[in-house]
Amino acid sequence: MAANLPTHAQVQGGIGTTEPGISHDEHLHHDEHHDQNFLQKYVFSTDHKVIAKQFLITGILWAIIGGTLSSLFRLQLGWPEATLEWLQPFLGKWIEGGKLNPEFYLALVTMHGTIMVFFVLTAGLSGTFSNFLIPLQIGARDMASGFMNMLSYWFFFLSSVVMFTSLFIETGPAAAGWTIYPPLSALPQAISGSGMGQTLWLVSMALFIVSQLLGGVNYITTVINLRTQGMSMSKLPLTIWAFFLTAVLGLLSFPVLFSAALLLIFDRSFGTSFFLSDIYIAGKALSNTGGSPILFQHLFWFLGHPEVYIVIMPAMGMVSEILATNARKPIFGYRAMIGSLLGISLLSFIVWAHHMFVTGMNPFLGSVFMFLTLIIAVPSAVKTFNWLATLWRGNIRLTTAMLFSIGFVSLFIAGGLTGIVLGNAALDIQMHNTYFVVAHFHLVMGSSAFFGLWAGVYHWFPKMFGRMMDEKLGYIHFWLTFIGVYLVFLPMHYVGIAGFPRRYYAWTGFDTFSQFADLNKFISVAAIVAFIGQFIFIFNFFYSIFRGRRATENPWNSTTLEWTTPVVLGHGNWPGEIPAVHRWPYDYSKPGAAEDFIPQNVPYSQTQSSNLPYEKEME
Amino acid sequence: MTTLGILLVLVLLLVVFGLLFRLQILTSIFSGSSTREVGVSNRVNAILCILFLVIGGAAFAWSFVDNYDKMNPPIASVHGHATERMFWTTMIILGIVFTLTQILLFVYSYKYQHKDGRRAFFFPHNNKIEVIWTVIPAVVMAGLVFAGWKEWTRITGPAPKDAIVVEVMGKQFNWLVRYPGRDQKLGVVNYRLIDATNEFGFDLSDQNGIDDFVAPEIHVPKGHPVLLKIRSRDVLHAVYMPHFRVQMYAVPGMPTKFWFTPTKTTDEMRAQTGNPKFNYELACNQICGRGHFAMKLNIVVDEPDDYVNWFAAQKSFSEQNPDVLASFKQKPSKLVEKEAAAAAVVPTAAKASL
Repeated sequence: MAANLPTHAQVQGGIGTTEPGISHDEHLHHDEHHDQNFLQKYVFSTDHKVIAKQFLITGILWAIIGGTLSSLFRLQLGWPEATLEWLQPFLGKWIEGGKLNPEFYLALVTMHGTIMVFFVLTAGLSGTFSNFLIPLQIGARDMASGFMNMLSYWFFFLSSVVMFTSLFIETGPAAAGWTIYPPLSALPQAISGSGMGQTLWLVSMALFIVSQLLGGVNYITTVINLRTQGMSMSKLPLTIWAFFLTAVLGLLSFPVLFSAALLLIFDRSFGTSFFLSDIYIAGKALSNTGGSPILFQHLFWFLGHPEVYIVIMPAMGMVSEILATNARKPIFGYRAMIGSLLGISLLSFIVWAHHMFVTGMNPFLGSVFMFLTLIIAVPSAVKTFNWLATLWRGNIRLTTAMLFSIGFVSLFIAGGLTGIVLGNAALDIQMHNTYFVVAHFHLVMGSSAFFGLWAGVYHWFPKMFGRMMDEKLGYIHFWLTFIGVYLVFLPMHYVGIAGFPRRYYAWTGFDTFSQFADLNKFISVAAIVAFIGQFIFIFNFFYSIFRGRRATENPWNSTTLEWTTPVVLGHGNWPGEIPAVHRWPYDYSKPGAAEDFIPQNVPYSQTQSSNLPYEKEME
Repeated sequence: MTTLGILLVLVLLLVVFGLLFRLQILTSIFSGSSTREVGVSNRVNAILCILFLVIGGAAFAWSFVDNYDKMNPPIASVHGHATERMFWTTMIILGIVFTLTQILLFVYSYKYQHKDGRRAFFFPHNNKIEVIWTVIPAVVMAGLVFAGWKEWTRITGPAPKDAIVVEVMGKQFNWLVRYPGRDQKLGVVNYRLIDATNEFGFDLSDQNGIDDFVAPEIHVPKGHPVLLKIRSRDVLHAVYMPHFRVQMYAVPGMPTKFWFTPTKTTDEMRAQTGNPKFNYELACNQICGRGHFAMKLNIVVDEPDDYVNWFAAQKSFSEQNPDVLASFKQKPSKLVEKEAAAAAVVPTAAKASL
């Protein structure tokens, strides 16, 4: 052990940690005494834990904005005839004669989608927990490159500033849907949001992609190179597997979105015709010919589909971890869980065109993508059954994190199953772009990923801030949100089955769609109440940072390495040597063991009473 | 004044909540429950899990039954009946899986809640079970895919030769409809020729276009296949006709199509639904700008005889707009030829991008 450590530490120092204290053993004990001013410690920090918190808090701010936007358009959908005069002080000219401007409505749904998918559930979720947990759970002192990691956050911050600015410009933010399909997104004549707003959107996303790539390269390198002694890939907690594969997906797919954005910028500003052809708009025929709007959709969804797995896989990993810890049982089928993550990652790259069955794409391609899409349901089903099997005959502690994990499984099932309908091209003809789709992805990727995020925050809060969150408030938050989510999205399926189209400012013009006024009102009330309920969480979060009950080192009696660190964590994570790993991360309730958990760093020689036959050799 | 009052009430409410919160913390410290690892809350949450399952499940079932009729707008096309059957078959399978897994999830959460002194069952894996629950979903999915694939190829296959051709063109923010006239051939259109009168961009130097006519709504005969040709002249739109289970994007520069066979006339549907104002509606289902939500077109399904009469009564575009026709007679111009050549390049380019 001791002989191996220097090599390991050299690797870390070599790749570019800017903190000299963490690369040499003799400095380790001085970590907290380094002269760091406020700026270095909390703002331009290279410590993965601080960066994780920066991502988390930025993510929370974005979630409040994204949620507020959704409440605004739910007001419009629930009460299409009502006067919204009272919003005039906030929205100014976007309220015209007490009515929401229809283009502003489209801007609201566009920005809600963009913010939630990218800024909250990609940066806020995977940015927070990949950063926080990778070094702590694999036994590393920091990321492979702390500096790049810091850059990753600050590119995200810059991207946030640009996107936030776009909310306040005169022509309004981007309004062509979060999928920004051209020609609508390419032509300011078509919608005012496609002017400056769309330009800022594209710039912001370009910066965002840079941030993702910097982060992703770092996560992958760290997981491959900086695992502590004994931490083989088959001993990694499932969280790390999930973060690792998420980073791989991001690294391979985000550049494609970048290329799509770049080509769109060219079409918008430099007169090219990648996506434009045969257009007569605002009384003028444009000179562009030969481009294809469908090409953009292929490029967009080549990122867009892996993106939904980028959002959900970290949540899957954390939920696996939290379910096992609180059921006091090993995760069922550890290898099958890894296998299904690998399967999902691979398949996620070859299903993108199921978003495009009715775009005029060759129907043969539709058939191919239907086959591939429905295959991806199999690994997802395996994961669900394994989670259920993990609960079976456990000794379950229903902590807030555990409740959110159970909620995750419930929502993932509810939303995932309807994907089987949408993946079937013949059925998608009717369901495409209806509220059935909206309900489907809000359950399976929106709400589920949010539940994963909350589960993660409640579970790892003691390690983040050295204090506990208030559990009672947590329970109230959970039940309110869980019931709220179902009340919002279950009825949305009914509306969708009847064919109610998404992104409609009002449906009153159509006989076919106007029978659901009551249900729409109901959904709006549920959505707004559930959103307001989130302030319970926000209060709990910030209150507990400063006033929460003090945490112990390992409050959940968990087995993974992060719980072997002290309550107050310095730069470098472990004050002494990094512990070596001897066993897999799920030795819960092992027969013959003294306690109901054996941490990963306990050697087999100390647990002779509980060793299984094949483990005897390793004593 | 009222605003101030409301604000005051809100602030006082927050203060009350804050005090309750502190009180709760203090009681838990004094009662010692804050230091117990697993307390009463565990039991309460376990019971809530069961209540959620039972009450939530009942509410779901009730609301589903209550809304079932509204969810199912009447169907009026041949393939619509087939996909509808497939949809509800799939939903029944999904419903069974949904119910079973949700019951297991919440019943396990309740049944295996923490008990002092009990130990969880160490059960890390079991290959047999895992193979079974990998294979079963795979087989079920294969069945669903196969059924879906057969239906999909039938729907998207070539339209029957005798299908009636109708063209719809999407624009911000309404639909234009064009029929090929007696010769059953649609004439060439060119987006560069579009103006306030010639909204379609008719190129009347093409003889096929001379008898084409435009209509304010779509008329189709019952029981006869209809081939919808779809184009857009500005941004993406989508033709969505929920009663016929028809949906296809309208893409500028890349004409698309969809064929279907209507099974009920508008009058029959009015009688069936008991709604004398019933109309088949075509909605735009791809975000296209400010007026997206109002891009409606009515579709009238006639008895075949009525349709023939209606068709015969239509006047061609060229007849109604002699000025436009005249402009083409004066200049069998190079411009038009050049444009047509340029337009002919487009489909190839669009195809290549696929």
